[in-house]
Amino acid sequence: MVSFLLKRLLQSIIVMLTVALIAFAMFQFVGDPINNMVGQDTTQVEREALKEKLGLNDPFLVQFGRFAWNAAQGDFGISYKYKTPVSDLIFERMPATLELAFVSAVLALVLGIPLGVYTALKRNGWLSKFIMTTSLIGVSLPTFLTGILLILFFGVILRWLPTFGRGDVVEIGTWATGFLTISGLKSLILPSFTLALFQLTLIMRLVRAEMLEVLRTDFVKFAKARGLPDRSVHFKHALKNTLVPVITITGLQLGSLIAFAIITESVFQWPGMGLLFIQAVSDVDIPIMAAYLVLIAFFFVLINMIVDILYYAVDPRLRSNDG
Amino acid sequence: MKLRHGLMAAAAAATLAVSPLAQAETFKFAFQGNLSSLDPHSLNETFLLSSLNNVYEGLVLYDENLSIVPGLAESWETIEPTKWKFNLRKGVKYHDGSDFTAEDVVFSWQRALGEGSDQIARASKIKAIEVVDDHTIIIETPAPNPILTSDLVNVYIMDKGWSEKNGAQNATSASDTNSGNFANLNANGTGPFIVSEHKPDVKTVYERNPNYWGSMKSNVTTVEFTPIKEAATRVAALISGELDLVYPVPVQDWQRLEEAKGVKPLAGPEARTIFLGMDQGRDELLYSNIKGKNPFKDIRVRQAFAHAINLDAIKKKVMRGQATPSGLMVAPQINGYQADLNTPYAYDPAKSKELLVAAGYPDGFEVTMDCPNNRYVNDEKICQAVVSMLAKVGVKVDLLAQPKSKYFGKVLATGGYDTSFYLLGWTPGTIDTENVLSSLLMCQNKEAKKGMFNLGNYCNPKVDELSEKVGSETDQAKRNAMIAEIFKIVQEEYGYLPLHQQPLSWGVSDRVSVVQRADNQLDFRYVVINK
Repeated sequence: MVSFLLKRLLQSIIVMLTVALIAFAMFQFVGDPINNMVGQDTTQVEREALKEKLGLNDPFLVQFGRFAWNAAQGDFGISYKYKTPVSDLIFERMPATLELAFVSAVLALVLGIPLGVYTALKRNGWLSKFIMTTSLIGVSLPTFLTGILLILFFGVILRWLPTFGRGDVVEIGTWATGFLTISGLKSLILPSFTLALFQLTLIMRLVRAEMLEVLRTDFVKFAKARGLPDRSVHFKHALKNTLVPVITITGLQLGSLIAFAIITESVFQWPGMGLLFIQAVSDVDIPIMAAYLVLIAFFFVLINMIVDILYYAVDPRLRSNDG
Repeated sequence: MKLRHGLMAAAAAATLAVSPLAQAETFKFAFQGNLSSLDPHSLNETFLLSSLNNVYEGLVLYDENLSIVPGLAESWETIEPTKWKFNLRKGVKYHDGSDFTAEDVVFSWQRALGEGSDQIARASKIKAIEVVDDHTIIIETPAPNPILTSDLVNVYIMDKGWSEKNGAQNATSASDTNSGNFANLNANGTGPFIVSEHKPDVKTVYERNPNYWGSMKSNVTTVEFTPIKEAATRVAALISGELDLVYPVPVQDWQRLEEAKGVKPLAGPEARTIFLGMDQGRDELLYSNIKGKNPFKDIRVRQAFAHAINLDAIKKKVMRGQATPSGLMVAPQINGYQADLNTPYAYDPAKSKELLVAAGYPDGFEVTMDCPNNRYVNDEKICQAVVSMLAKVGVKVDLLAQPKSKYFGKVLATGGYDTSFYLLGWTPGTIDTENVLSSLLMCQNKEAKKGMFNLGNYCNPKVDELSEKVGSETDQAKRNAMIAEIFKIVQEEYGYLPLHQQPLSWGVSDRVSVVQRADNQLDFRYVVINK
């Protein structure tokens, strides 16, 4: 187990370095940061001096090397736009994104699994058919459109929920949480549902497919033949055997929830890391973009690792193979 | 921060006790961009200067019509052509309670001139400041400068003591090694509003300054600013009643605002002129199928372009009727504007074709056009319209529309003026024509720092000579005559093709009245909550 973790750790460093390298190669094409950092009256000489000072004239490998070296020491540089340390900015924004991703993941699981089980069991019921059909909307509508439609309906027409932002937050240490205020919770509803919709549909369809598969297997038939109650057969025997792929997908999707919160965050002006990133792209704020991408790579590696560990817990066969 | 809030509460309580304001009035607004810093010298950008002018002030201020009015200076006079005497306002206090004196003006000027500052261009209009006494200074300019006060509007005054105590003597810059400049996240000005909370790119809250020296129309006690990047979200937040003002609103959403209850679009001509420029400097265009010569060096080709573009069609189809077609490179609000010369080039495609034939391009030619797609109102759509209009006279334009960071990185001096034909917009920061002359109409000259945004290098020695004189002519009549002469020359030579002044486009709730300034700035002093 320890060697497994060490191996994973080493891999994660390589993944992060690769992501940073690719990112820096791309930064050559995002445009000129200097123009966003100075006003129209700033002279050419001053612009050149600033560019030189920031090291933007160096070849990209040199820039990458400098970034990697500083990042290894925990220094992600200073944002071009906000002129404050990037690590401060990202940590300030992280709670918003993590809370949003967490609520979305819970929503996706809590709704997705039961709906999946239900549609598998009542395969031909009209309600199942209705759920399956509407779920197609969930996978096919772009997040941006879902968000705008929800804003229009619940924010503008009904005026039940706020159209943007996070509401009031309470600071617990350095963590600003929106869970403790009414406006914070109300603000969470639309963005978390928007973000969860795709995952919800995915999990539901996955659970359904796996359930149908498992229900056909011999051990389920035997369980039924043994006269076990339906409830026990469905949830104890069948559902449990569908969980390995569900955990994998959910785990990986949690990573994407954090990473792809970008769109949801910009539709709802949710002050998380994704919004910071998308703003950084239009400002060509290279230090923020670099730090964000590396951080997201780290999240993916971390989540994959946790998923692998969970396999051990869920599937006894893996444990015996290991021994 | 806690202590600050306490102070705020005390301040608010004091306001309630002495002023006729019956209750807290909160004004909430959103803008598409963010307030990147609280440091008034860190970035020369409209929104930053606009926001911070409610917190910090210069020696002079703009009123709602962009006329100069006394600010921290009560009065001023020119004692010699290069020497101005300013009488500073007495009894003005900074938000932290310290007194405003002449020494702060000297300090702020040096800070604006020093390392990290983005206000060097304005600060260098001052050669020296002599302190006569605590409330009198004499400003010396390098040359006679009739528009010194316009330059001073945006040089905001900071407290010397506060800046030194907090290690903020130098302006905040991204290349700073000592990051975390105190003035970047904290403010202490003399203005009518005090920053009580500032989270970059999330939220900024201002509280009314109970000890403000001036009187103002506004009855607002708290202002809350949120940046909202997505236009659709911004408009939804306004219509849902969560915000009182949002800007900019896409012109295509105006109808929606008109139909919605309790809100309305607020439009007016902006002082920004949108125009087309052509590379007239190079001997061969960088992006064209014509080799060995530059078609734009031929006045007939430039004239053909001028007559091929239908400004009214752009106004009607692209700008939904909300643009002011222009024949000049400056807007009516700009000092030095010449109304009688503001006749756009006539739309006459037949004449265009004749001119192209005469110039030796009977079948037209090909050229690439550079265009931003997120900088000006409907910028890319304007370019597309221009492309199709030029196609009608036989010129095949290949359009390269890009986000502003890519676009500016290519076409500006840093990119080596890498363009043959482009669209650009310009508002002179001083609201005076001189800035347009020296930035856009004078020949490119790196040493003299002239013509730096004259991307196509339109160059006429006569224009240069006159522009130099305009810069130091203090007699308004003579000055205007020279400006008129310059505009005439540029028009006759088809040096630039002005398109229009773009509209300002705000969305406002009926709950508030605001003043929409032509430089797209929002002054809280004029925000009134209707009762």
